[in-house]
Formats: sequence, structure tokens, C-alpha cells
Amino acid sequence: MNPFIKIIYINWPLQILILATALFGFLMLYSVSGGSWEPWTKPQINRFFISFILIFVMSAISISFWQKISPFCYMLGLALLIAVYFYGDTGMGAKRWLDLRIIKLQPSEAFKISMVMVLAYYYHKLPVNKVSHPFYVLVPLLLIIIPAFIVFRQPDLGTALVIIMIGIFVMFIAGVHFGYFLFGGLSFCSLLFILFQSRGTDWQLLKDYHFRRIDTFLDPSADPLGAGYHITQSKIALGSGGLFGRGYMQGSQSQLNFLPEKHTDFIFTTLAEEFGFFGTIGLLIIYSLIVAFCIFSALVTTDKFSRLLITGLCMTFFTYFSINIAMVMGLLPVVGIPLPLVSYGGSSMIVIMLSFGLIQSAHVHKNIGF
Amino acid sequence: MSKFKDTTIKSKLIRRVHRRILLAGILKASAVAFLGWNIRKLQIEDSEDYKLLADANRVNLRLIPPSRGLIFDRLGTPIALNEQNYKVVLIREQAGDPGKVLKRLANIIELEHKRQEKILQDMKKRSSFIPITVAENLTWKDFAKISVNLPSLPGIIPEVGLTRHYQEYESYAHIVGYVGPISDKDLESEKPVDPVLQIPKFQIGKVGVEKKLEKHLRGRAGVSKVEVNASGRVMRELNRTQGKSGENIHLTIATNLQKFASERLKGMSASSVLIDIKSGDILSLVSTPSYNPNNFVLGISHSDWNDLLNDERKPLLNKATSGAYPPGSTFKMVVAAAALELGLIGLNDKIFCAGFYELGSRKFHCWLKGGHGKLTLQEAIQKSCDVYFYELARKVGVKSIGVMARRLGLGQAYNLPLTGLSKGFIPTKKWKKERFGTSWLVGDTLNVGIGQGFSLATPLQLAVMTARLASGKEVIPNIIKNSNKNTDNPKALLIKENTLVAIRRGMFDVLNEEDGTAFNFRTTDENFLIAGKTGTSQVRRITREEREEGVIKNEDLPWKMRDHALFTCFAPYKNPKYALSIVVEHGGSGSKVAAPIARDIMLFQLYGGIPPVTAYPDKQQVEVRNRLMDIEKKINSRTNINPNI
Repeated sequence: MNPFIKIIYINWPLQILILATALFGFLMLYSVSGGSWEPWTKPQINRFFISFILIFVMSAISISFWQKISPFCYMLGLALLIAVYFYGDTGMGAKRWLDLRIIKLQPSEAFKISMVMVLAYYYHKLPVNKVSHPFYVLVPLLLIIIPAFIVFRQPDLGTALVIIMIGIFVMFIAGVHFGYFLFGGLSFCSLLFILFQSRGTDWQLLKDYHFRRIDTFLDPSADPLGAGYHITQSKIALGSGGLFGRGYMQGSQSQLNFLPEKHTDFIFTTLAEEFGFFGTIGLLIIYSLIVAFCIFSALVTTDKFSRLLITGLCMTFFTYFSINIAMVMGLLPVVGIPLPLVSYGGSSMIVIMLSFGLIQSAHVHKNIGF
Repeated sequence: MSKFKDTTIKSKLIRRVHRRILLAGILKASAVAFLGWNIRKLQIEDSEDYKLLADANRVNLRLIPPSRGLIFDRLGTPIALNEQNYKVVLIREQAGDPGKVLKRLANIIELEHKRQEKILQDMKKRSSFIPITVAENLTWKDFAKISVNLPSLPGIIPEVGLTRHYQEYESYAHIVGYVGPISDKDLESEKPVDPVLQIPKFQIGKVGVEKKLEKHLRGRAGVSKVEVNASGRVMRELNRTQGKSGENIHLTIATNLQKFASERLKGMSASSVLIDIKSGDILSLVSTPSYNPNNFVLGISHSDWNDLLNDERKPLLNKATSGAYPPGSTFKMVVAAAALELGLIGLNDKIFCAGFYELGSRKFHCWLKGGHGKLTLQEAIQKSCDVYFYELARKVGVKSIGVMARRLGLGQAYNLPLTGLSKGFIPTKKWKKERFGTSWLVGDTLNVGIGQGFSLATPLQLAVMTARLASGKEVIPNIIKNSNKNTDNPKALLIKENTLVAIRRGMFDVLNEEDGTAFNFRTTDENFLIAGKTGTSQVRRITREEREEGVIKNEDLPWKMRDHALFTCFAPYKNPKYALSIVVEHGGSGSKVAAPIARDIMLFQLYGGIPPVTAYPDKQQVEVRNRLMDIEKKINSRTNINPNI
């Protein structure tokens, strides 16, 4: 089939929703930089439209190609994670960035895609009757746990937990027996218990700042000028937005710098402050529709790889925005996860657009049936 | 069969995958619903609370300090003003490397290494956006230099503030006092607390008129409502309420006289008070040595403070109102007035002085060893005979002496806006019993009779006493112009005119009769004749042995042991206008030390400037000319500008 004709078959509503979300982002970046294209809005627009075209290109490439390269993607992702562990740039006490001269890459972000790919590949190849066999459960678990551990040691607890969550989610969709998840859930709870027991002893399992973040999360008002400051200010911004917001570029919390990271992780608060309840619910609905159209794509595809790939990537997207929104509202600890397609940042933008490229490719080639 | 089984498992699994995808979708939907619900709670339910919090974040009230009222002398010459204080502050967050910026600044203006370190230390303690004062009281030249070099001094901001500055500071320090940065102790005593006091380092009156009239001088702060950003920087002003400047104060002091008097008393530990007899206006009130109140305005250094405190001549003390001295012979007028009023002695009655007065086994000596012989009251004042007043005091009794002393203004503090006003002291029998547990002795009365013993008076009180004797009115001193309406027309003293005339006559003779104790220091201008009384108050006890061997001369004693020299006078004799008192601490004899000073100051006031030498006796004219020219030169050459600025 002609690649240009293929484009006609992409999931158009999804594509339009992506564009709409990005427009929200441009609007907000323009506002937080005090009504200026620089320094954030312009690069963000450039980046978005380049990667937007990338989605079309990727969707024209056959899903079987993406399937074939999945294991290599995983190996590459793992290699980058190890590389960042040894050679990464240190920022805020954590090695997360890999400077590749042309682009500063955050391999832990990109790794989420390759992990979803490899798990989809794995379950695609695995005979169906072996899905719940203990050995064949252990293999994907290792594929998840090893990179998660490396990310955790960076240290980046938030992303490590997200990687585990997405991996387990793919396993769940793949049809692994329910009993494993019950068992896993129970062991996770006991692990949490042990973690908190380890606090203050010489075998402490988390860094002090992790514990402090958790403390702050549990009671932000206890330390309103220190670690809890961000959450308190962010809630004030959200709440003061009211029903209709304070007006575009009129949010005192964001315009007067009371908000931390207002152009990246906390951009949702600016939206909430300036556009109010209608703005926030509007964005939430767009996000939900993106997820819904992804689920639709997952259901209409005929092969297992595509199905698992789409659900896994869709889950990645879902975790991004739900954790980010929950975080700025003080429902979850501040873990440094951006608002997808809205927050300023190259790494997360490219990762998200790449995953939509894969989803669109799967959607276009839904009848390939290999 | 197996294939069938395989396909059933496969289709079963496919269904499971579908089911799980849908299940996950439902879970996601509920998660979104949960988020939406929470957003609703924040943005709709609790929105009002958060809006208030956002405003509380955003809006800050800033006080605009009022400009302090000025203090002028009686002719409108400014004494305490608000000067523009050129200063530079440094904001850390804008400086990049503050250490480097300070070093660069040190190339432009003088900035010691120690001071630089102190600034860097202060900076660490405060938020990075708080401006730290780097240098204050810069000259215009330095300030301009810094302003020109601003591009190379990131974080440095030149500012102009208002700071108190005192002109003629040396002669006015004790009256006007000074302002200084408010302390926690000051804050405690203020109730209700004026919000303006919470401005850090706000200057309030600490001493003198500045302190006593603080409420008038301070004014009311304006309020500026500003929008601030998260780091506390002001973004814009929302609205502003104007404050009110403090009231201006006009003193009764005449600056030219004040300067002359303080120059005349320079080098001594002394004080003088000159009051206008009619109005009670204090025209001059000087205490030496003095200090520079400008040093206190921005906080005085520890070593300077210690120097002032440890100086045995007590520069910080306003001796004219806080120093209480035994009045010595100047008290004799009180005893004389009491005796005459009670009719205990006639104007022509004489008392014999043999040089001592015997009371039982004790001998009370007259200052003149051989004695004065027979004396009338007028002569006793003129020659300051002690024996005469022993006798008189004994007749009058301490109670009546006390009554007369109070009537003449001793033993009481006046309602003046000065700090540390002393009431002086007039002893009573009851007081001695309570204080020492012993009864009042006749000897005590004799001592009181010549102004020794327990009685104490301040130079101001002596001036008031003299003014009352000279006018026969209840003169009340005041230092703020037009502050006291009834001083224009004071009450009569209720002392018979004859009594007053006799005492004035005696005081006239002190200077104008050959045997007067201050005859040497008379004036020759018929219009400006002075009447006065010398006083020499002992600060030590003279033992019998010493008296027999000859009393040690003052010059041979350590400074602290020497007598205080006092002189009080009024002029012109025929139409009294001014009363003046002088106390030179440990100065020696009143007739030799205090009287010539009093004459110079009084003549200065009478002539309205440096007096002509023709007002002095011929023999003294050369010496007087030299002295007056010297003082005139000093007054004219003295710069009024604070050397620290």
C-alpha cells in the first residue's frame, strides 16, 4: 500500500486530540513566560510539529517492523540506562540525563516505550497456554525489575515505580493469572511496611529526601515554607482559580512566581488558576478521550502485539497525566512527572509522540493479522 | 481434539485480554472521575478560601516612615534636621558573587575588609532578596561614583533615605538629645505599639527633647499596599494612604548665646543656665563637656560609647538640669529672705562675726579666718559671711528655710521636655529621721544655712531662684516656645518688696562694692550693672587639724576633691531682664572661677553679641579682649557640619 494512502487510515480523532492538548500547552507556556514566545513557547512549538510529523511517518511503517525491532529497542534502552548511570549529567542529586551532544536525553523516559514493546513482543511470541506458567511469569518480571532497579539507583524513585506499574499492567492485560497479581499486591504492601520500618536504621532503603517527601505528602501543612511549600502554593493556585479562573495571564500565583517549576511539572496549576474549573475539566476530558480512542484502537486491532503495545503505551500516557494532576493537587507526592504534551520539555514530548507513532502504526495496520 | 482445545484456550485468552482491557478502561475512568471530583472540591467548594490565601500571598502592606518633625531655635535656625542619607544596599540574588562585587565596590569607595566580611555574614543569615546596607552616609561624590559604575556592580542599589542630623551639635546635645534605632526595650515600653516602630532600625528619640516630645515629632506612617512576588519583591503599588509628618518644635534657646556660652565653658566640667526673667524662656542651657549626638543616630560604636561613659567629666550628663550640687553661699539669699519675711531680723540689725560660730563644743567656721566683725544683712550677703548666716539659720529654723527654698523654686522639677531632670533636695527633720534614724541637730540647720550639708540644687533651679528674687514673680522656666501661656504673666511670689529690695541690694554689692566677693568681676557700663552671688561648695570635709594647719588650697587637691564654683546673677540691676547661674564642677572658688564666666555670658546677652571691652574695668580690658577675640574666632571657625558625614 502507498504510505500516503495509509495515512488516511490513522486514528484521526486521536491525532486531533493530540493537537488540541498541545495547543493547551502552548497557551500556558506563553502565559507563564509573562506573555512571550521566549524562552519556552517557541521551542515547544517547533518540537511539537516536528514530532507531530514523525507520528505520520511512523504510522506509515508497518507494525511488523516495529515488532521485529522490539528486542533491540529494549537492549538499546537498557544500555542507555546503564550509560546514564555511569556517565550521566548530575542534576539535583540524581543522574537522569544523558548528553548526546544533539539532544539531552532522559533514557528512563524513553525506556518506558521499549519496555512496553518488548513485553508485547514477548507475549506475542509466547504460546498462549504458557502465559501463566511460573517460569514464563518470571522472565517478564525480570525484564521489568532490572531496569526499574537501575532507575531507582539514579536515584529516581518516581520513574522506577511508574516503570514497574506499566510493566505489571502489560502483564495483566496479557492475561497472566489473577492469582499472581493478588500475591504481588500483598508482597508490595509488606515491602512498603519494611521500607518504613527501615527508616532511621543503618540499613535504610530509601534516601532521606524520599522519606521527607513522603512525610510532606502526608501532611504538607507541617512544613509550609520548606518541602511542603510547593504543594501548598500549588493548591492555592488551583483553588483560587474557581469556576472560571482569574483570566488568561492574570493568575497571581503563577505570574508572581509563587509556583515552582511553573513551566514544567506544575503547569497544570497555571491552567487551573487562569482558566478555572472549566479549563481543568476540559483538559481532563481531552486526556480521557485520548485514552478512550487508544482503547478503541487496542480493541479493533487483530494481533496480540498491537493490542498489548497500544494498551501499554496508553497506560504510560495515562500514568503521566493522572500522576501529574494528582501530584499538583497534593494527592500524590511530588515525583517529577510532567503533564504530557503540555509541560515544557523535549525528552518527555518526544517519548510521548513516539508512543503515539507506534499506536497509530498499529492502528493503520490493524488488519495485518500476523 | 487438541487443536480444538488449543483454540478454546486461545479464544478464552483473547476474551480475557478484551475483558482486562475493558476492566483497565473502567479503572482509568474511575481514576479520572476521582481526579475530577478532587478538582471540583478545590476549585468550586473551597475556592473562596484559596482566593483569600492567594491574595494574602500577593498583597503586602508596607509602611512609609513619616518624616520626623524638625527642631528649631527661637529664631527659626534649624537644629535637628532630616538629611538625605546616601546609602547603598546589596541584594544577594542579583549580585552573583557578592564577595566579588564588594571587592569591586571597595575600589570605588572606602570599605574595610572587616566590614566586607561582616556584610557577607549578615547576608547569609537573610533571604537572598533582602537588601543589606553596605555603606551609609556617603558623600555625594562617592554616591555619584557608585551610580556611574553600577553596570559593573550587579546587585548594588543606591538609595536615598532620611537620617537625623544635628547642627550646632555640641552646644545643643544635652537639650535636643538624639534619636537612635529602636530597641526591643523601647518597644516594650510603647503601648499601644505604633506600627511604624516595627520598621527595622526605625529611629526614635532616645534622650532629651527628641525623647520627651517623641509623640509630636514622630508623625504618622503612611501605608502602601503593594503586590509582591514569591521572593518578596515589590511588583507594583496597589494603593497608598499618605502619612503625616511630625510637628516642628521651636525651642526658646538663642543659638548665638548658646554657642558663646558653650565656648566660654569649654575645657571645664561646667554648666550654665540663662533665663528670660519675664517669660521664663530658657535662652541658654549649656553643659560641658559635650558629645556629638550624630554619632548615636546610626548606632554608636562600642569604644566611643565606653569613652563617653568612662570620662570622669561625664559628657553625657546634662549638668544644668541633672547635676545637683550643694548650693553653697548662693543659698544664703533663701535664708535671708526667710528671716526677713518672718521679721526675725531688721535691715539695720547687726550680727558679729569672729571667724567662727560656737555651738556647744563644736566650732563652725567662717570662710574668712579673722572674721568680718559687725555686719548688716546687706553686708553679710555682699561679703558672704558664714557666721552671720549660721546665726540667721538658727533663728529661722530648717522648716521655714525649706518653705522659702521651695517658694523660690528649689527642691522641685519643672515640667520641661528634658530627660533626667533632677529635683534637687531640700532636707526636712522628718527626712533625716527616716533616712538616718537620727534626730535633726542644730548643726544641721547651720550647715543648711550656708548651703552645705544635705541641700542640693541644680544650676537651672539656681537660675530660677535668682529670676524669682529679681522679679518678685513666680517665674516658671520653659524651653519650648509658646508652650506655656501663663508664663507670660507669672503669679506674684508673696514676698514683701522690702525683703526683695534688700536681697537685691546685697547681691548688687557683691559685684559693685569694693568688699564684695566678686568685685573684680563687675561691669562698668552703667546700663548693664550686674547683681549676683558667689558660692563655693565643699565636696569634702575639712578636719580640725587641717583647719589649724591651714586649709589646703584647691590647686593642690586632686580634681575630684576640689570645691564646686558657683555663681548666680541677674542683670541689669535696675531693670532685671535675665537671670544666670553657673556651676563649675571642682572649679575652685565661685568668686574667682564662676563669676568671670557669668559676667561674659551675661554681657553677651545684654549686648546681643560679643561685648565691648569698655564694659569691663580698665585693668582687665587687655586680658578680656584677648579672651573674647579667641572665643569669637573659635565660634566663627567652627564648622557646623558633622565631620562624619
